[in-house]
Amino acid sequence: MGKGRRIFEKVVTGVLFSSSTITSLTVILIVVFLFKEGISLFNSTPTEKNYVIAVSKVNTVPVITSNQLADIFNQDITNWKQLGGRNDSIIRLTVNDLASIFTEEELGPNLEFLPVKVNEYVKATPGVILYLSKSQLPSNFEGRVIPVKKITVKDFIGGKHWYPTTEPIPQFGIWPMIVGTLMVTLGAILFALPFGMATAIIMSEVADIRLRNILKPVVELLAGIPSVVYGFFGLVVLVPLIQQLFKLDVGETVLAGSIVLGIMALPTIVTVAEDSLRTTPRALKEASLALGASQWQTLVRVVIPYSKSGISTAIILGIGRAIGETMAVLMVTGNSSNIPTSFLQPTRTIPATIAAELGETPYGGLHFSALFALAIILFMFTIIINLTVEVIKNRNRRF
Amino acid sequence: MTQAEAKNVNVWYDSFQALKDISMTFEPNTVTALIGPSGCGKSTFLRLFNRMNDLIPLFRVEGLVTVNGQNVYSKDIRLDEMRKKVGMVFQKPNPFPKSIFENVAYGLRVNGISNRKEIEETVERSLKQAALWDEVKDSLKKSAMELSGGQQQRLCIARALAVQPKLILMDEPASALDPISTNRIEELIFELKKDYTIIIVTHNLQQAGRISDATAFFYLGELVEFNLTKKIFLNPDNERTQNYITGRFG
Repeated sequence: MGKGRRIFEKVVTGVLFSSSTITSLTVILIVVFLFKEGISLFNSTPTEKNYVIAVSKVNTVPVITSNQLADIFNQDITNWKQLGGRNDSIIRLTVNDLASIFTEEELGPNLEFLPVKVNEYVKATPGVILYLSKSQLPSNFEGRVIPVKKITVKDFIGGKHWYPTTEPIPQFGIWPMIVGTLMVTLGAILFALPFGMATAIIMSEVADIRLRNILKPVVELLAGIPSVVYGFFGLVVLVPLIQQLFKLDVGETVLAGSIVLGIMALPTIVTVAEDSLRTTPRALKEASLALGASQWQTLVRVVIPYSKSGISTAIILGIGRAIGETMAVLMVTGNSSNIPTSFLQPTRTIPATIAAELGETPYGGLHFSALFALAIILFMFTIIINLTVEVIKNRNRRF
Repeated sequence: MTQAEAKNVNVWYDSFQALKDISMTFEPNTVTALIGPSGCGKSTFLRLFNRMNDLIPLFRVEGLVTVNGQNVYSKDIRLDEMRKKVGMVFQKPNPFPKSIFENVAYGLRVNGISNRKEIEETVERSLKQAALWDEVKDSLKKSAMELSGGQQQRLCIARALAVQPKLILMDEPASALDPISTNRIEELIFELKKDYTIIIVTHNLQQAGRISDATAFFYLGELVEFNLTKKIFLNPDNERTQNYITGRFG
């Protein structure tokens, strides 16, 4: 009997232990996976595999960046001089363009003469820039394959354009999404903080037991509503309202995202702030009241300063709730990859971008890696948020 | 003129009667000790005089409680004004987590006094009255939390004195302190008696004997005996008082 029980307890301990191990391992696994997939974006050239950029031999520009390439193909850069090269105007070509320059006969029925013609053309045109596959490159190429600068972290974070599928050269600049995410989150907190704090104060300091028993479940219910329902509500109610109110062309804006996220962050802020307000020792409140302070003076001078760190935690956890939200914000912010300059412009956030694009991205490509790198950035945001919460929690309670 | 008075006071927490028909008067410049076993209602009684019991849900009071001849539970009384006239010192030192100076200045600030000179003078006077000035005069900006327990309690007394109350309520002010600190608090109470009326709840019978002029023995919500301290300790009228004093129960 005693032995059987000992074995049983050993087994239970083993099961519990392995469960906790699996939990920790899962977290580590996800992080490793995220970084493994995301990191490969850096140190790779932004051109598609097996494609190269060819220029004339006389061209002196040593390397070219993906931004410069985009500018060239958008005709924002028209002369090699602008890139520190010779004074030649740029002639942009893709293989398709060659088909209109040379006749079908010259290229041969199966394009077998294409490499020769490429050679001829590049030799004769000092300003040329040509995007073609390696197989179309002649074996005795008399031009130069210009190396494309690898994607750097700086380009990725600071880049202003997100065109992940553009030919010939995709652009992976996430600055618009960082700005969008931060703006939507800031707006959400600005919206949620006054309402959340007011509710927390009412619940912890003013309300009697009856009112509190109504308020608390209502706030907790708010946390249980699926985010897609918030998104739907935002889309059907908020977006048209904002559109009419501000006479906009589209109602899907940063503001709409902020309000929806603000409502979603409310339960977090209310619950954490209320808990922290309630931890103020009764002795301190009584000491204040006994000195002739009113209830509000006590609240402002004793309770709130005492709960400062808890209130900060509430705000930061609210930010954390808002920053990672995907579905609702995807539905109401308009999904535009421009950098928003006001709260009345559409934008897109980091999680919304990942959710919207991952399904249509081939596995293993640059775009795929870029989305994972995006996820790493989001992960960094949340890590910073969590660390901040820890730091605040560990700080001594001082006024 | 009596400083404070309770007349036929009954108190309930929901359906539990915590005080039964208590009547007592407190003369100016006296120290009255409230003694009795835990749960006898002495703290509840003390907290009637600044309406601290109001914070407790389902609290109900009947009868008359007056301070300076004013009915404390009257409908048209201003609670903050009334509480200003009644200082309170709690069982555990409970300074605000602010500087020493701000702790004493708190009562002035919440009562709308902003004149810096006036505040500084009051802080100094109160700290001197509480026999703490010499120890903290060079570190007024330091957090009150850095003081020792005994110093903290004297700071709490200074904080109560700053608003110039007439009546001071003390709820076991020395129970969380070491003997030396306790001794200092007792000496302080003796000094304060010259200017204030003090009601003190204490578990420590020797303390009651040392510092009080009158003593009231509470038992199960009733006032068993209220008389001069000497009389209570040497020759009580009631047998239950006798038993409690001599340590046969409690």
